[in-house]
Amino acid sequence: MMTVAMEKPEKTGTVEPAPARRVRTVNRAVVVAAILVLWLVLFAVLRGKQTLSLAAADLTDLHRWFNDVNDSIGADRNSNPLFLYFFNEIRLVIDTLVTFVQELISQPSTDRPVPQIGWLGVVGIVGYVSWAVGNWRVALLAVAGFTFLGLQGLWQESMDTLALTLSAVFVALLFALPLGVWAGLSERFHRIVTPFLDFMQTMPTFVYLAPLTLFFLIGPASATIATAIYAAPPAIRITAHAIRSVPRTTVEAADSMGATRRQTLLKVLLPMSKRTVVMGVNQTIMAALAMVTIAALIDAPGLGKTVVQALQSLDVGTAFNAGLAIVVMAIVLDRVTTAASARAETARGSDSPFLKWRRQLLAAGAVVTVVLAYLSHTYVWAAEFPGDGGIGSSIAKTTADVTTWAQDNLSGLTNAFRDALTNGLLNPFQTVLTDSPWWLVGAALVALGTVLGGWRAGVTTAVCVGLLVGTGVWSDGMTTLASTAVATVLVMLLGVVLGVWMGRSALVDRLLRPTLDAAQVMPPFVYLVPFLALFGATRFTAIVAAVVYAAPVAIKIIADGVRAVPETTVEAATSTGCNTWQIITKVQLPMSRGALTLATNQGLIYVLSMVVVGGLVGAGALGYDVVAGFSQGQLYGKGLAAGLAIVLLGVMFDRITQAAARRAGA
Amino acid sequence: MARHFRAGAAGLAVLGLTLTACSGAKVGDDSAGGSGSSGKCGTFNLAINPWVGYEANAAVLAYVAEHDLGCKVEQKNLKEEIAWQGFGTGEVDAVVENWGHDDLKKKYITQQKTAVEAGTTGNKGLIGWYVPPWLAKAHPDILDWKNLDKYASKFKTSESGGKGQLLDGDPSYVTNDEALVKNLKLDFKVVYAGSETALIQAYRNAEKNKEWVIGYFYEPQWFLSEVPLKKVSLPAYKTGCDADAEKVACDYPVYNLDKIVSAKFAKSGSPAYDLVKKFNWTNDDQNTVAKYIAVDKMAPEAAAKKWVEANRGKVDAWIK
Repeated sequence: MMTVAMEKPEKTGTVEPAPARRVRTVNRAVVVAAILVLWLVLFAVLRGKQTLSLAAADLTDLHRWFNDVNDSIGADRNSNPLFLYFFNEIRLVIDTLVTFVQELISQPSTDRPVPQIGWLGVVGIVGYVSWAVGNWRVALLAVAGFTFLGLQGLWQESMDTLALTLSAVFVALLFALPLGVWAGLSERFHRIVTPFLDFMQTMPTFVYLAPLTLFFLIGPASATIATAIYAAPPAIRITAHAIRSVPRTTVEAADSMGATRRQTLLKVLLPMSKRTVVMGVNQTIMAALAMVTIAALIDAPGLGKTVVQALQSLDVGTAFNAGLAIVVMAIVLDRVTTAASARAETARGSDSPFLKWRRQLLAAGAVVTVVLAYLSHTYVWAAEFPGDGGIGSSIAKTTADVTTWAQDNLSGLTNAFRDALTNGLLNPFQTVLTDSPWWLVGAALVALGTVLGGWRAGVTTAVCVGLLVGTGVWSDGMTTLASTAVATVLVMLLGVVLGVWMGRSALVDRLLRPTLDAAQVMPPFVYLVPFLALFGATRFTAIVAAVVYAAPVAIKIIADGVRAVPETTVEAATSTGCNTWQIITKVQLPMSRGALTLATNQGLIYVLSMVVVGGLVGAGALGYDVVAGFSQGQLYGKGLAAGLAIVLLGVMFDRITQAAARRAGA
Repeated sequence: MARHFRAGAAGLAVLGLTLTACSGAKVGDDSAGGSGSSGKCGTFNLAINPWVGYEANAAVLAYVAEHDLGCKVEQKNLKEEIAWQGFGTGEVDAVVENWGHDDLKKKYITQQKTAVEAGTTGNKGLIGWYVPPWLAKAHPDILDWKNLDKYASKFKTSESGGKGQLLDGDPSYVTNDEALVKNLKLDFKVVYAGSETALIQAYRNAEKNKEWVIGYFYEPQWFLSEVPLKKVSLPAYKTGCDADAEKVACDYPVYNLDKIVSAKFAKSGSPAYDLVKKFNWTNDDQNTVAKYIAVDKMAPEAAAKKWVEANRGKVDAWIK
């Protein structure tokens, strides 16, 4: 997601140099090294024993039980009152909502061959709203962006995607905002809801996609709900964070003036956290757009479907064109909501002369917008986007040419790099993880968790290890863990290099940022086809895919951290004669240690969220198990177990890195 | 300034209204005939499983149903498992290229009774191990499984742990490959590419760069018209030799691809059901349409139109 530094903000600790604790840091490093050496020694002795490996088609009792539960739900869906009176009603409401939005902007309705509002009206409305909630610059961007979608020849597909995204975001926010406020007010509720949010964000969507179609049938309702499940957590987290970070003194002042709880909430807490809450909405929109291609697997209409279908015949050009449309839409929505959040900040208390005219200008704009909408409702030229999408086909063709060139000319080079990394780093590491007895790996993980994150993190790790063994996919889990760790190391390398560069230069930041945004919302499969050509169906391809997706987050967080280092400190270092290299290594990086840990945390979580995509390009292990579970009934339970294993790995790493971050910051 | 702006807005509005007065066709003017053909057929919910061969079947069926029978065809892009699930919920009427799937038949036809068979498509499905053509030409003896071990070391990759690599594709495909490798005692390891896209890309590279690749593939498949892969013969299939999934040591059977429809749809008397039931064509027919879609990059509907117009006789036999 684009401005993900917001996502788990509570983790950034304040950073201060701590020379006094150097001794303890060194001790900790020694202990970690000792644990690793002990592990390796025991590995050499016990190699290949009690590894809990399970062949691709083998199942455990747990997996069979999951299958049975799934089957029995399917079998009595027509008689179960829960279905008749609960799920069916929900489906009906959401279907009605989505169909309404679709007939408004994307789909023909019963008595009209085209939607109610045509392209001219939509472009007008988007421009007007962007201007009203943001500023004229983002309005121009929005108009240009949406016109570009039409020029790409993807107007209807884009509008289908927009309709679904808007509906899903609406449904998500309907639940997320109240829950977020509650979690912001009540520490207890916050603690209860956090694991659920972790679960919703790290559980691969593939796992619940098939059951969702059982509950809510194939169609817009299932797609909307799947998207909403994934997109709601950021809004809940950020809203809670926003409420919590309102200064205590302000709340106390309100209390002392005799405000009731309700008044405090409505008059103090909500207005003061408006800006951050809008950022939560932003994150929800971005998360919803990330689901576009996955939702296409259960027949969600729109750009995702174009991508999926183009890839059946390996048509990278067409897939890229549609992917680009998703990127354009994401950038427009991101910039508009960011501008809206900035306005929420500045609007309070400012009274520039311009503001006096604002009301009149808004009214005039509204009139123009209504005229445009009317035109697009009535006339064919304003309803259907003119032209044949020539720009789209030239984009597709250029992309195809570029990929072919790269595949023809680079593959020798890339193969050498792949083999070096796989044989030098990945294979040895994976062997240690998969060929050690499970209890040895488990003990080592718990010990490392305790040393790095304290006893609480140690306990969490122990629980996670126990549950991982319970899922029955321990061995696959370790294979995935190895790839995940390697990918995270690469993410951090990239993150530090590019993050520092971006943090030190505003120009570089401005140039790189759109590329990073694109890397995060472009559906992975679009760039995976060329990667497959370059690296083959291997674990390495999966690692590269994960790095492309996760590195932008790490880069952005580290760039922010480096920028937050006080100017005066850097100047002081310069005046004592430090050169650039010394400033980076001795001042800027150590002082952004909190950001580095947060970047590791987020990098890891993002890498984990790509495990399933990795399974589609040769990573095997948990990712493949999940995909297979989605595709084959008898493997459903195993896929679910593998999904749980991914969640457990995520929770384990999250808790360890968070605890370590708190220690580093404290 | 506001006054200016207001004047400007009013001007724009007037301009807009004048434009409307003198220009452009109105929505609904010219399209009255477009939807006039909604006859007795009603809506026909057709599942589209994610491979091009299937899409070819579906495109032609949808085209005929729409233009000859006046049905409103709803095409739904779904994986097999979810499509079958849709029979029970009434969301899916027909699946028009089914590869075996005895597990699904047992669950939905025998147990839940929500689906019924609707005859074969006429296509013969082959599954097996394939090598790129350059390899078959350079080492013709590789097409016999007995010689595979001789070349195992050539097929080694970074993923195969010192053995030869046998590349498998999409997890939803019918496969016995792990059991085959084990029971034929081959020095190979099954590596899961995880998707058809990954598999095709691997073969495409292999042919272009003369790389050693052996893997799972099937026909009819559009990619074979781009790179005519060669099938390696495994011990011949005999009825029942694949009964125990763990002990399979023989080739895959030839699948008579068939059609499955929902029980409700079969009883509905819809002309679309008769069309699905009578639909029957050859592998060559399907390959032609699949090639239009995948290689010539035609829209499925345009591809179907082209084929239907060239093969009116065959189509007429389905709708009589």
